[in-house]
Amino acid sequence: MAEDVLKSGDLPENPERATLEGRNKFMGFWFFLGGETVLFASLFGTYLALRNSNAGGATGSEIFGLELVFIMTMLLLTSSLTSVYAMYHMKNNDFKKMQLWLGITVLLGLGFLGMEIYEFVHYVHDYEFGYTTSAFSSAFYTLVGFHGGHVAFGLLWIVALMIRNAKRGLNLYNAPKFYIASLYWHFIDVVWVFIFTVVYLMGKVG
Amino acid sequence: MADNTNSVEHTEKKEFYKKKHREHMKHQVVTFVMMIAFTLIAFGLVIAEVDAMFTIPIILVLAGVQVLFQLYYFMHMSEEGHQWPAAMIYSGIFAAVLTVLSLTTIVWW
Repeated sequence: MAEDVLKSGDLPENPERATLEGRNKFMGFWFFLGGETVLFASLFGTYLALRNSNAGGATGSEIFGLELVFIMTMLLLTSSLTSVYAMYHMKNNDFKKMQLWLGITVLLGLGFLGMEIYEFVHYVHDYEFGYTTSAFSSAFYTLVGFHGGHVAFGLLWIVALMIRNAKRGLNLYNAPKFYIASLYWHFIDVVWVFIFTVVYLMGKVG
Repeated sequence: MADNTNSVEHTEKKEFYKKKHREHMKHQVVTFVMMIAFTLIAFGLVIAEVDAMFTIPIILVLAGVQVLFQLYYFMHMSEEGHQWPAAMIYSGIFAAVLTVLSLTTIVWW
């Protein structure tokens, strides 16, 4: 069995959970996501507690631009669908198409990240809204920046998997890895749904 | 390994799964369209400057439903063998709700 896991070709119905290692990764990763939920909750709670403490600096409704946030939301939401497509092709054992859809996911993610960097630079230069401007700005940059860090890490992760396994094809050893990376990508979108609602939309409403 | 499987039966099984996956993918696209619709409603309410007391609860509910779609369909939690993932993510959500509630109530009082 040991050498079989690296052989690509005929894979079982759920290749990500066909080996003990795969099942452990699957289970462990959901455990990790439970922990991530709490971690982001503490950042959201901090933000909600400090969102009105702008200390004379810019307020949320002054600086947030919904157009940019809307485009970012669409990019990330679409990248979530494209990674579902990648997993669809994984289940059909079509490695090339899986790589293609993961590539599209990465491009959409890069677009999102680029716009977020632009957004932060814009706030700092045009509104003098730095990390230490107010309790509100610190809470904002910590929460949104931590999410952006997750996006950056997710992109590196997916790209690393794509390059490392480019010549191997799909097998029982790397199927769990691809599956888990896509779960991570979806979780990033889950967090973003709350960020655009709680930070930007509620910030605009006041 | 399944080397001795009847090859006709094997191909039929593959075809069956392929069809199943395609059906499944259609549902995923429907899920995606609904998530886009929820997002549009949420942004629309804020841009139209509807009363905050009305807007805020609605957009929070829309976000919650959208996250459930993401978890159950995109992250496959509705498929079999996901009891432990559900237990873990709901434990996380339980602690998350307590965290947010305690951090926000201490500033209200």
